[in-house]
Amino acid sequence: MNLRFSLSRFVAVLWKEFIQMRRDRVTFGMMIGLPIVQLMLFGFAINADPRHLPTLVEVNDDGPLTRALLAGMDTSGYFDFIGQVRGPDAGEEALRRGEANFVVVIPADFERDVVRGLRPNLLIAADASDPSAVSGAAAAMSGIVNGAIAQTLTGPLSPAAGAPLPFEVIVHRQYNPEGKTSTNIVPGLLAIILSMTMVMITAVAIVKERERGTMEMLISTPVTPLEVMLGKILPYVFVGYVQTAVFLVAAFAVFQVPFTGTFTAFFFGFNLFVLGNLALGFLISTVAKNQMQAMQLSFFTILPSILLSGFMFPFAGMPGWAQTIGTGVPATHFIRLIRKVMLKGAGTFDVTSELTALGVIVLVITVVAMLRYRQTLD
Amino acid sequence: MSEERVIDVHGLTKRFGDKTVVDHFDIAVPKGAIYGFLGPNGSGKTTTIRMLCGLLLPDEGEGQCLGFDVRREAGRIKAEVGYMTQKFSLYEDLTIRENLDFVARMYGVKNRKSRVDGALADLRLVDRAGQLAGTLSGGWKQRLALAACLIHDPKLLLLDEPTAGVDPKARRDFWDEIRRLSKVGVTVLVSTHYMDEAIQCDFITYIAYGKKLIDGRATEIPTMVGLTTWRAEGQELVALEEQLKDQPGVDQVARFGSALHVSGTDAAALAATVAKFQSDKRQRWSEVPAGLEEAFIYLMAGARDNFSRDAA
Repeated sequence: MNLRFSLSRFVAVLWKEFIQMRRDRVTFGMMIGLPIVQLMLFGFAINADPRHLPTLVEVNDDGPLTRALLAGMDTSGYFDFIGQVRGPDAGEEALRRGEANFVVVIPADFERDVVRGLRPNLLIAADASDPSAVSGAAAAMSGIVNGAIAQTLTGPLSPAAGAPLPFEVIVHRQYNPEGKTSTNIVPGLLAIILSMTMVMITAVAIVKERERGTMEMLISTPVTPLEVMLGKILPYVFVGYVQTAVFLVAAFAVFQVPFTGTFTAFFFGFNLFVLGNLALGFLISTVAKNQMQAMQLSFFTILPSILLSGFMFPFAGMPGWAQTIGTGVPATHFIRLIRKVMLKGAGTFDVTSELTALGVIVLVITVVAMLRYRQTLD
Repeated sequence: MSEERVIDVHGLTKRFGDKTVVDHFDIAVPKGAIYGFLGPNGSGKTTTIRMLCGLLLPDEGEGQCLGFDVRREAGRIKAEVGYMTQKFSLYEDLTIRENLDFVARMYGVKNRKSRVDGALADLRLVDRAGQLAGTLSGGWKQRLALAACLIHDPKLLLLDEPTAGVDPKARRDFWDEIRRLSKVGVTVLVSTHYMDEAIQCDFITYIAYGKKLIDGRATEIPTMVGLTTWRAEGQELVALEEQLKDQPGVDQVARFGSALHVSGTDAAALAATVAKFQSDKRQRWSEVPAGLEEAFIYLMAGARDNFSRDAA
């Protein structure tokens, strides 16, 4: 084989690819529109710490402590009181129907028992069929209760408030002091956007060429595999850059996600990740027989990127085997890297382990893809 | 043979899995010849052509194409070969000019701009140069594909069923062009299903199940097949055709205009059969030299669609 690299042939393939990309309006629109739509959907719609949850109260004892308690819950923003119920059955029914997420039961003689030091039970029944929906609000309760006690049980009643804890617990929410979900979701979203478009578009672009028979014409000319591969892949690297630019602008302007680290660290990680996705798309193209298969295989690789990478669910919370799979997914390392860089002010040195992992994955995928490519050319 | 050979390969073999698609195929193509490549579907014509132009690596066999080794110098062969695929394989979403320009760049054609302009003028497509190739009709696509594979002035043309699905007028024009190229020294290897195209070739090779059955000058093919042919003219030919079909010595009965051509490889048995029918005065019988048409029909009838062998 004549393996001399010809710049003019490479440029011709590259140019041809750009023309085709420009003429395929729908795909082109998807490449630019997808990051924007996903950012808006994920950034605005997802909230891991939901507030304003519908709450019912069953008040069997009215007094200053009860009022302070309910006022505290109201002002916390987590609970929206939608009404009162009478008797345990009514509250149960409302929970089952999904009309309320919480039913707060203030028992009879609540205030009196508190003052007497009888430690009465204050029941908060929560609809935990969706635990993440109620966990934030439930966690906020102890603070609300303490506030109400401190406000009401003063003066002669203060012994009933009990002794304060012998130490104070301070939780310092670093890197995301307000606990905003968008600050957590948006950086990782870049990994998802790039995984979705880069893998699929590369795989489809190459398979399309084979499916339409143009690959046969192409390889009957003196063009070399390297010229074809580079010429076909580089336009999509460019697309990845455009998507990332759109993403960064939106992340700053719309979601006010900080970018506290160094751009160099981001740049290295980003390029490795794009390369890995293109190589993966390339690998898929050597397996898929037609465009439909290429699409399906691409989607198949995207699922672990979303579910096992730590994008949606905490990585540390997964069982060992799932973490092992997740470690092999390029998105896992890129998401860690970009969160470190954007939120934690990391520099290149701080993300060495992520860069190394990405490098190894890219190398493995590329080698496998190249080996397979030679076989299928024949 | 003293003449220069453009293709000279021996024992070319290709297997896909446990299926041998091309089985020890030899061919020697002299410079400037039009070499017809005949055979039923699935007989290995396309695979052979792909091996000759370096798209597939032969499992066995060796030889040269344009003086370059088919195994080791595929890159240099590609530079001087024009290969036209069975299916339209230019980019449907590029314009006519962009396609020609792209192919010219792939071959590193000098004076690319004027070469592409020239090709467009030859095609009489200057006005439509900006039209997308995918919007062209079948005949125009085929002309564009031919122009594209000629853009680098190849010494050898490999055409894989180039006229499939093209109307008769376009096919005639196409063959006029092929003959013109052959006159200026371009060697053409063309696979086809059409008899009227086969008879325009200087040489013919016929393959079935990946094996070469016959190979020679077009004029010698009938002798090689060894057919004797009798011609019957007159009335009631349809009935006669039915009666003749199962007679001894009769291998095929074919209609040629207003006459029947009755052929067989066993000359004596055929003559005896014809003698029985000659008493009927409604037809006149005469022995004629067997032509390429008879030979071709005979070969085609012998090997049905090669894909069906596995089922049989």
